[in-house]
Amino acid sequence: MGEKRFMKGNEAIAEAAVRAGCRFFAGYPITPQNEIPEYLSWRLPEVGGSYVQGESEIASVNMVYGAAAMGTRSMTSSSGPGISLKAEGISYLAAAMLPALIVNISRGGPGLGSIQPAQSDYLQATKALGHGGFHAMVFAPASAQEAVDVVYEAWDYAERDRNPVLVLMDGCLGNIMEEVELPPMREFTDEDIPEWSLSRRNGRDYQGNITPIYTEPILEGLNAMAGEMYKAWEEDDVKVEEFLVEDAEYVVVAYGIAARVAKEAVMELRDKGFKVGLIRPITLYPFPKKSIHDLDYSRVKGIIDVEMTIPAQMHDDIAQQVMERCPIFEYGRSGGCLLDDEGVYEAIYDIVTGGGADNG
Amino acid sequence: MAEYKRSTMIADSPSGYCPGCLHSLATRLISDVIDELGQGDNSLNVISVGCSALNLLYWSGDYLGVAHGRAPASATGIKRTNPERLVFTYQGDGDLAAIGLAEIMSAANRGENFTVIFANNQTYGMTGGQMAPTTLIGQKTTTTIYGRDPATTGYPMKMCEILSTLEAPAYIARFALNNPKGVRDARAGIKKAFEAQLAGKGFTFVELLTNCPTNWHMTPLQTLDYMNTNTIPYFKPGVYRDRTSEEAGA
Repeated sequence: MGEKRFMKGNEAIAEAAVRAGCRFFAGYPITPQNEIPEYLSWRLPEVGGSYVQGESEIASVNMVYGAAAMGTRSMTSSSGPGISLKAEGISYLAAAMLPALIVNISRGGPGLGSIQPAQSDYLQATKALGHGGFHAMVFAPASAQEAVDVVYEAWDYAERDRNPVLVLMDGCLGNIMEEVELPPMREFTDEDIPEWSLSRRNGRDYQGNITPIYTEPILEGLNAMAGEMYKAWEEDDVKVEEFLVEDAEYVVVAYGIAARVAKEAVMELRDKGFKVGLIRPITLYPFPKKSIHDLDYSRVKGIIDVEMTIPAQMHDDIAQQVMERCPIFEYGRSGGCLLDDEGVYEAIYDIVTGGGADNG
Repeated sequence: MAEYKRSTMIADSPSGYCPGCLHSLATRLISDVIDELGQGDNSLNVISVGCSALNLLYWSGDYLGVAHGRAPASATGIKRTNPERLVFTYQGDGDLAAIGLAEIMSAANRGENFTVIFANNQTYGMTGGQMAPTTLIGQKTTTTIYGRDPATTGYPMKMCEILSTLEAPAYIARFALNNPKGVRDARAGIKKAFEAQLAGKGFTFVELLTNCPTNWHMTPLQTLDYMNTNTIPYFKPGVYRDRTSEEAGA
């Protein structure tokens, strides 16, 4: 059994990162993610790691770029506006093939938006984290425990792929306190430092170089390799929860906090005899295409996309798999206004009883 | 007479720099000092964006190519996690004094224990000669075709003087590479900065006044004269801070 603690989602992410072997963090204050840098500012020195409060999000992600190049498990966190500032640096991480963890504890947008929780960064996370047409794996935990679990494994994916990984979680999950079971501290030695890194602690005795710029044919080749990697993710790395989908006539698709609220509504509707199920993407990229594509559309009468943002941003990803075999409905709150049990219940109830608008 | 030979840090391939460009001399001085200190394998060149990036083509030691202006941030991540390494950035004036101003000021203010080599040629060389933050008043560039006018573009930024307002830096100096004494002093200054870093004395900054025959539209020899009559009177060479003889961490 792991160690049980009562923690804020943000703190749980920070502690899980330390236990996963993260030894460098740089970040800049922004609500609602401040508990992550605050926690790591004292926690990392305890384990021989390094914390730097950057002069900006831009500087912070580029500090991570430097530390990651040395083979150190490295991380930064922010919220929407700050992730936009990090976009260049994340693109450089992808170009230089450097593993790192980026955490977005998301809030209302666009612009300075609001500091209250929202899921308004789905498109940024999954389609264009920066310039140049790259992707990162995007994990969207729905509880503090799941955040711990995905953060604990994040660098395993990042180092396997030599590519940054994004954890996207809204400010609500970042700030509520829950019981979490913490995994054991992972220990690494100099021998574990990747051979490609610029560190020489692993005994490397030849020139090491890492660059974000290439000659054209090499860059084309790297682009093609990345394309193959994204395809492989779809085969191997999709994580999804399917809840009461087998006989469902209406299937809710929701992730993170929205899925958590929607699951309550689904259970309540089941109690009343409505055949409603839930598909919860845990990886937003790769998107769980099969779960939606392979539904039996002779039975399924509608898909209900529930998100804490308006308009719903997952809609196109869902529609590509539904292929007009049933209508797609949307329900959401936005701008930092929270989804609540009654609102989601009533929206789904209206749809399954024939009152909802088809936004498909 | 010392034997003249190629530095071990520079690969046996063309530098890519234009004929008469002092970037080649600047990188040669850095590589000589690394050789002299026996730091070849331990050194790490953080290569910025601009003509400085041509280092990517012929630097034979460990290097990391980084984003425009962000070299002091990336060097922070390197040095904090691998303090035993001899880490230096090599940055031009657009990179360091315009887009990267926050990063250089903040790294210097934190007293990060690495060295910044700042090549100041008063123009954006790689992109074709636009106005830089260090472009002299009246100097013609592709974005100041009638000469830099301070009424709309401000004044050339003196980075040594600006950084000298900070408490943390251990060493700040400026040298001109257009004359033999300046070259000798620059070599000694780079060595002092690297030795101070290896002794853990904190942030060290060496500004090298360089040229750009291509974008100044001059012959190499004309650029050297221009530097004497225009650049050096404004950007005065000298040691602006030297706490390298103080105890580390003092």
